[in-house]
Amino acid sequence: MGSFFNRFTGRKRSAQSAKERLQLVLIHDRTDITQVELEALKDDILAVISRHVEIEPGAVRIAVERDGREHRLVADIPLRSVTRRRSG
Amino acid sequence: MSAKIVTITSGKGGVGKTTAVANIAVALASNGAKVCCIDGDIGLRNLDVVMGLENRIVYDLVDVIEGRCRLRQAMIRDKRLAELYLIPAAQTRDKSAVSPSDMVRLADELRSEVDWVLIDSPAGIERGFRYAIAAADQVLVITNPEVSAVRDADRVIGLLEAEEKGPASLIINRLNPSMVKNHDMLSAEDVLDLLAVRLIGIVPEDETVIVGTNRGSPIALEAKSKAGQAFRNIALRLQGQDVPFLDLDSQGTLWARIQRIAGRK
Repeated sequence: MGSFFNRFTGRKRSAQSAKERLQLVLIHDRTDITQVELEALKDDILAVISRHVEIEPGAVRIAVERDGREHRLVADIPLRSVTRRRSG
Repeated sequence: MSAKIVTITSGKGGVGKTTAVANIAVALASNGAKVCCIDGDIGLRNLDVVMGLENRIVYDLVDVIEGRCRLRQAMIRDKRLAELYLIPAAQTRDKSAVSPSDMVRLADELRSEVDWVLIDSPAGIERGFRYAIAAADQVLVITNPEVSAVRDADRVIGLLEAEEKGPASLIINRLNPSMVKNHDMLSAEDVLDLLAVRLIGIVPEDETVIVGTNRGSPIALEAKSKAGQAFRNIALRLQGQDVPFLDLDSQGTLWARIQRIAGRK
């Protein structure tokens, strides 16, 4: 729905902005992790893992996911395979 | 008789706690239940004026707690409903006059007197909030579909979980269906998705609420008031009935469509 409005007005409707902003703020309020801290945490996690295995830095995804009122830090870190051939 | 103790709280001020307490109380009492409201906002007393009982106050909550009167003497009987009572807040004291254990003792004494005790919590998450929830069997969190109210509601819901007073039930107050339709107000679904709690009521924005407050006559007494209907439904849900939520959209669909077409330039 949001993208529908975006296309016509070039601007997000305010309810959508409210929801998106609240989603981020509530994650911070509930977990006590700021966006900046989360970035630092990601860097640390990647640095530690990189010491042991080679990873695909561009494909890494680390985020706080919400499940009702519970949160989890979900990391998807593809490993670079030595034998893998690039096939597009 | 063993009363159920229900506290209404919000974190943020001005979202409609006092109005909700007055209206849910009136609705429960209209259904034949015996109800006592407690104004927990010591120093900022307001439930008395919203219920239209400000001229009948002799004793207050702090008088009962400090033993200057008996419980019964501080229970003001409502003008309209014989089974509705109010224990007003003290106006010239502050929150330090009451502790959580005071409220537990008072509520326990009230349990044998009435069917429902509704406690109007002060805004905030400090001492007043703590004593207001201390005795609660159930906590209703009220919010508006607006960023700061939703954020504060979330904080309060988290605190209630930590205090083992959860799960809270949510009242979304002052929802403006036409703003929701225009995507300029969070919808009830948005708020529920963000807060992830059980919903107990959606109250539409309604001018009759202010008219009722002006008169000291809660609009749950007005058959035609939409907000009044929403509060009556909350009372029924508290009493265990499965009442469908008001379809605020479809009620105004045709009219809203006409307005939109008429308003198109």
